[in-house]
Amino acid sequence: MDERVLIQGNEAVARGAIHAGCRFFAGYPITPSSEIMHCMARTLPEVGGVFFQAEDEIAALAACVGASWAGFKSMTATSGPGFSLMQEEIGYAVMTETPVVIVDVGRAGPSTGQATKPAQGDYLQARFGSHGDYELVVLSAWSVEEAYRETVRAFNIAEELRCPVVLLLDEAVGHLREDAALVPLPVTERRKGPLGGRYFGPTPEGVAPMPPFGSGARLHVTGSTHDPTGRRMTQDPRVQGELVAWLSEKVLGRREELFRYEAWDVDDAELVLVSWGISARAARAAQLQLRQQGYPVGLFRPITLWPLAPAVLTEVLGDREVLVVEMNRGQLAHELSAMLGPERIRTLTVTDGRVISPGRVAEAALAALEGRG
Amino acid sequence: MRAKGWRELIREDFWPPPFCPGCGHGILMGAIMRAIVQTGLDPSRVALVAGIGCAGWIPTYIACDTLHTPHGRAIPHAAGIALTRPDLRVIVIGGDGDLSSIGGNHLIHAARRDLPLTVLCANNAIYGMTGGQTSPTTPPGERTATAPRGVGERPFDLCALVAGAGAGFVARGTVVRPQALEGLLGKALGHPGFSFVEVLTPCPTQVGRRKGLSPVDHLRTLGERTVPLARWRTLPSEERAARIPVGILRGGDEEGSWT
Repeated sequence: MDERVLIQGNEAVARGAIHAGCRFFAGYPITPSSEIMHCMARTLPEVGGVFFQAEDEIAALAACVGASWAGFKSMTATSGPGFSLMQEEIGYAVMTETPVVIVDVGRAGPSTGQATKPAQGDYLQARFGSHGDYELVVLSAWSVEEAYRETVRAFNIAEELRCPVVLLLDEAVGHLREDAALVPLPVTERRKGPLGGRYFGPTPEGVAPMPPFGSGARLHVTGSTHDPTGRRMTQDPRVQGELVAWLSEKVLGRREELFRYEAWDVDDAELVLVSWGISARAARAAQLQLRQQGYPVGLFRPITLWPLAPAVLTEVLGDREVLVVEMNRGQLAHELSAMLGPERIRTLTVTDGRVISPGRVAEAALAALEGRG
Repeated sequence: MRAKGWRELIREDFWPPPFCPGCGHGILMGAIMRAIVQTGLDPSRVALVAGIGCAGWIPTYIACDTLHTPHGRAIPHAAGIALTRPDLRVIVIGGDGDLSSIGGNHLIHAARRDLPLTVLCANNAIYGMTGGQTSPTTPPGERTATAPRGVGERPFDLCALVAGAGAGFVARGTVVRPQALEGLLGKALGHPGFSFVEVLTPCPTQVGRRKGLSPVDHLRTLGERTVPLARWRTLPSEERAARIPVGILRGGDEEGSWT
């Protein structure tokens, strides 16, 4: 598979999933993500996989977790209302260290909101949505080709870290049709052994192997607090403390290598736009235009949305002024403020269900430059 | 390889189970182990899936692959296993609250889809673990922690519910007659599609104590209220209303109404 195709972002996700070895998909119909489900329904039976239309989003992700323990790489796709329902099961996947990929094609909320309009309002939910203390990985894409690539990467990270990985798209990228190169990418396979009796962290070797059901391990997998053998240990403060620390640290400990980004013209910039997903395309157009006009403006585009790597942010952004451009009320800006200090963070936020325009970004950037005096 | 005896199915590292004295879940657990042995299943090819609640702890103590999931969600997890791995026999175990309240939608859809699952519902008609709240199967008039003046709603007949949703095998047994129960479980495990066994069992802690029933009297009452289906059909209608038919209700030799 090495082809240039004209396809939609949602189809590219399905293509990436199949390339990454996804052989189980469960989903529930919801706009604007349904095309991913349609593609998987068509394709999976042709490659020895299984498709399941669940009775709701809770069941969809639950079936993916079950299939993952049965030895199948699994994915579900949804949008905001379904993503909210999945939070219970995301916590379960975190606690049981189950690799699974969840694609959230963002639409304008809250609640039913605007089913067909793009938004980036699920960022903090992707990062914080389930109860208790945990970390997971959140990726994004600003193009059809990147949707393909980041889907493959989502599966690889899920296998390496044994945790759920969320791919946050938005309606605009999901429904965008453009030229994309679907090139073969490295694929991480499930580590199924050895059968040594320790199948959950923390282990001295890092992430434990995950033998599938039916392999003779006779595993116990529980969402209750458990020791590395899987035994329920709900009264032991040491086990709880070590488990919770492990679930977070196995992700945060890899934050530098997980953090993928692109940057343009940052070195000599006085103002750096920070933007992700479809918003970053508007920001890039504005940044190019401003540079042509001689304004010292750069662009920083995180592709990994969580975990962010503060060391990388500090190194790339230095002490420059930052204008965060996003289609929510400042959710990535909230995290950047916490990491870089709120004084230098400005925001351009749009929550009217429209893709942010390059003109508005340029206007806000000029105002920010003037504001500096 | 098939197990030689039920002792092989004890997960010794995790033993003993935490059930209250007088609880029926241990009897059900033993019946499940013996049914697995008697049907000749390889324990390494059996997946037991449970949700939350006292009955959800049963698989924890059985040496198969076991998945202990969030409250109500055992069935969709089991679906993910059963759909991808037809070589595994997948058994779901849960209580009445877990399977028919928070998980009720999953239950009827699994029956409708005819998923290859055996679902065992330990029905004690109460939320035991959380402190004796009303469940969807609590009989009208019973006093519970959340109905201190008596339950005013109608209960589910779980067997009729799943049969209405299309289940191909439906049975009801009790922990009072463990050998008959074991036979029902064996038949359910032999059914290729969706099978459902309602297992009537006492909760001595949250129901027995409230009613002043000793664990023995509680079991005795349950035994007296339940009647094999063939005999139940011969009873006069007023007596039928007071008794609960047990046995294979659908998918066995005797088809027909039990409600």
